[in-house]
Amino acid sequence: MTEKDRHFTNYPLETAFDEMFDSSLNVRETYERYRLFLNDLSLDNLQELQTATDQAQRLMGMTFQVHGDERGLEKVLQLDIIPRIIADREWKIIEGGLRQRIKALNLFIQDIYHGQKILKDDVVPEHLILTCPDYLSQCKGLEPPRGIWIHITGTDIVRDAEGTFRILEDNLRCPSGVSYMLENRKIIKATFPNAFDQIHVQPVNVYPQILHRMLEYIAPASPATIVVLTPGIYNSAFYEHSYLAQEMGVELVEGRDLVVKNDFVYMRTTAGLQKVDVIYRRIDDKFLDPVHFNSESMLGVPGLFDAYRKGHVALANAPGTGVADDKAIYPFVPDIIKYYLSEEPILSNIKTYNCAHKNDLEYVLENISDLVVKETNAAGGYGMLIGPKSSKHDHDRFRGNVKANPRNYIAQPMIDLSTVPSLVSTGFEPRHVDLRPFIIYGQQIEVIPGGLTRVALRKGSLVVNSSQGGGTKDTWVTYD
Amino acid sequence: MLSRVANSIFWLYRNVERVENSARFLDVNFNLALDLTRVTAEQWSPLIQVLGAEKNFESLYQKYDRNSVIEFICFNEGNPNSIWNCINKARENARSVRGHLTKELWEQINKLWYYIQQEREQSHSTDPDPRIFVDKVKRECQLFYGISDCTISQNEGWHFGKIGVHLERADNTSRMLDVKYHILLPSLKSVGTTIDRIQWVALLKSVSAYNMYSRKHGRLVPLHIAEFLILDQEFPRSILHCLQKAEQSLKSISGNYGQTFQNQAEKQIGLIRSDLSFAEIDEIFQHGLHEFLDQIQIKVNSISDAIYQTYFSIKHQDLAP
Repeated sequence: MTEKDRHFTNYPLETAFDEMFDSSLNVRETYERYRLFLNDLSLDNLQELQTATDQAQRLMGMTFQVHGDERGLEKVLQLDIIPRIIADREWKIIEGGLRQRIKALNLFIQDIYHGQKILKDDVVPEHLILTCPDYLSQCKGLEPPRGIWIHITGTDIVRDAEGTFRILEDNLRCPSGVSYMLENRKIIKATFPNAFDQIHVQPVNVYPQILHRMLEYIAPASPATIVVLTPGIYNSAFYEHSYLAQEMGVELVEGRDLVVKNDFVYMRTTAGLQKVDVIYRRIDDKFLDPVHFNSESMLGVPGLFDAYRKGHVALANAPGTGVADDKAIYPFVPDIIKYYLSEEPILSNIKTYNCAHKNDLEYVLENISDLVVKETNAAGGYGMLIGPKSSKHDHDRFRGNVKANPRNYIAQPMIDLSTVPSLVSTGFEPRHVDLRPFIIYGQQIEVIPGGLTRVALRKGSLVVNSSQGGGTKDTWVTYD
Repeated sequence: MLSRVANSIFWLYRNVERVENSARFLDVNFNLALDLTRVTAEQWSPLIQVLGAEKNFESLYQKYDRNSVIEFICFNEGNPNSIWNCINKARENARSVRGHLTKELWEQINKLWYYIQQEREQSHSTDPDPRIFVDKVKRECQLFYGISDCTISQNEGWHFGKIGVHLERADNTSRMLDVKYHILLPSLKSVGTTIDRIQWVALLKSVSAYNMYSRKHGRLVPLHIAEFLILDQEFPRSILHCLQKAEQSLKSISGNYGQTFQNQAEKQIGLIRSDLSFAEIDEIFQHGLHEFLDQIQIKVNSISDAIYQTYFSIKHQDLAP
């Protein structure tokens, strides 16, 4: 390390894989140019840029509603200005791995709602499907337009202590965060315009066009009327729903704006009813249609599912995809890939104990203090136990939960997520990150270079969720 | 355009106009109070009366003093039309229709919201002179209109916004005029006195009409002032002008280029506008200015209802397709 690295002389490297430095504090090649760039800036400069970034986010209204806050408190998802950089050669592996995985998972869903060959061949245990709360019997025999079920995916990837990228979660329902990927890039470009001259970063801003093209591709009619369906302004991801509708130049609708007549979907306009062909829906399966699913849903549209089944309207994503990102199915994904594609998986899973199996269950109960235990159908960092960071009381409570309903739990060893230098008041410290790339399945499967890097801003924390003190970073995939 | 979106745009603009008018209202009365303190006691209760908010005010405050009235109009959450509540509604409307706005326009409303929120948090510890605040609010609202006119396509949504602005503005001008005539000056004795002159100037300034009025009529003659604020065709805050603009926007939305009406909203506004087009100020005074202004406010409400029934309510569409 040279004297020039003024920001990093006391960088407290931890046991995790650091994206910028190797274990002897030498800068990795990926960050070589960025390091030079940082050296030209003082800590005060950087702090000012961070403050300006916070202000820009507020002005743009990049806020989310905090769950359960009666006064409607708004929070900004903090954007740490130091980017997470990925080299193109590393990215190519991730990209290939994701394409392969999405392709296989799509075939899996198609099979589950049709012949269920994979269950008959005993590759995936039948009882796991039948007990999955997100398996929708209403989707049996359904043929979604162009055979695509999972149009939009936001896969969570982590990098372990050895530096290997691994899949953490598949997120095949309504993954969010893509607006942050896009807005983060705009803000960071404005913050570090010079850096983009020196380091060539692959663009992400094509996402809305790719999304739009995919939605047109699945439309039953052309030209198609496309809408984004949101639960409304009090939803924590409303900013994103509004952002995507605006970027694509399509209407943002709520359930009350739509009506189904003779199995066609219409929106209520000032000039009467107008037919809708494609709905990018950002409400959960079970709230889509009170006639077929949750009868108490106020968010959905009565009769929507009938219109969909008749092919009069396309939905992205298709209903019923939750069966494939159930955490109890996750351990089987490598086998699913081999089964449908006859290929070896490019990206690996994390070792997972399936509490539905007797042997695994015993292991989990015995070693709960070393494991991360997750509910199979929870998200957002809820319903989760991080054994090594929890009290004995919590261990006992989770043991009770797992024993009462083993099907609903999996466990994994705690992954020491990789770190990236992040700006704190005194300088730079490592903070743990994950990565959520976004994948669109239309005419082809397209993986946007980069994605959303979520960062646990609390020192030592491994939880990156926005609801638990997480922030974000811009993610740069460089050209080789 | 979605009915819900049209409704939200209408109320977005209407709420911004209401914010601006409250700021004007306060600004003028504050200046008036400064001019009149030597002659007579400060009058804060008429502001509340003209807003028709006595009950609401009295449930929140003990007496009509400067601080209470300022706080009530600017920040009190218990006042549905306080600047704070209106900017909240405006921003919520804007957020739900953001796809129809430009980045610049959204950021303007968001910035104003942050400013008002911040002032509200500090309002208890600072000097009760609200002029810097109301002046800034007024300017930021005008900037909002400027950005809107320069960046938004002048399509259906924009016209709904314009209707919102003009109906609100017509209503406001009628109320401003009413303050002067109905409440500030109940006795005929002070007509022509210094107080009288100060009050008329204040009234004109409250709707930014002082310069334009002076160019057109010169001397301060109450009849002319009332005529200017009610019947002038050119002045942008006169009641007739506002109704004409709202009518034009309504007709642009339906594509009606004729002299008749195509829906109830156009009929309502056409009736009122033609009444005004053929009215003379002498008749209005004979009939009673206060009663006349009261009627205007009622009729503006009925236009608003008719627009709701024609374009925003969900029922009308069960007829089609």
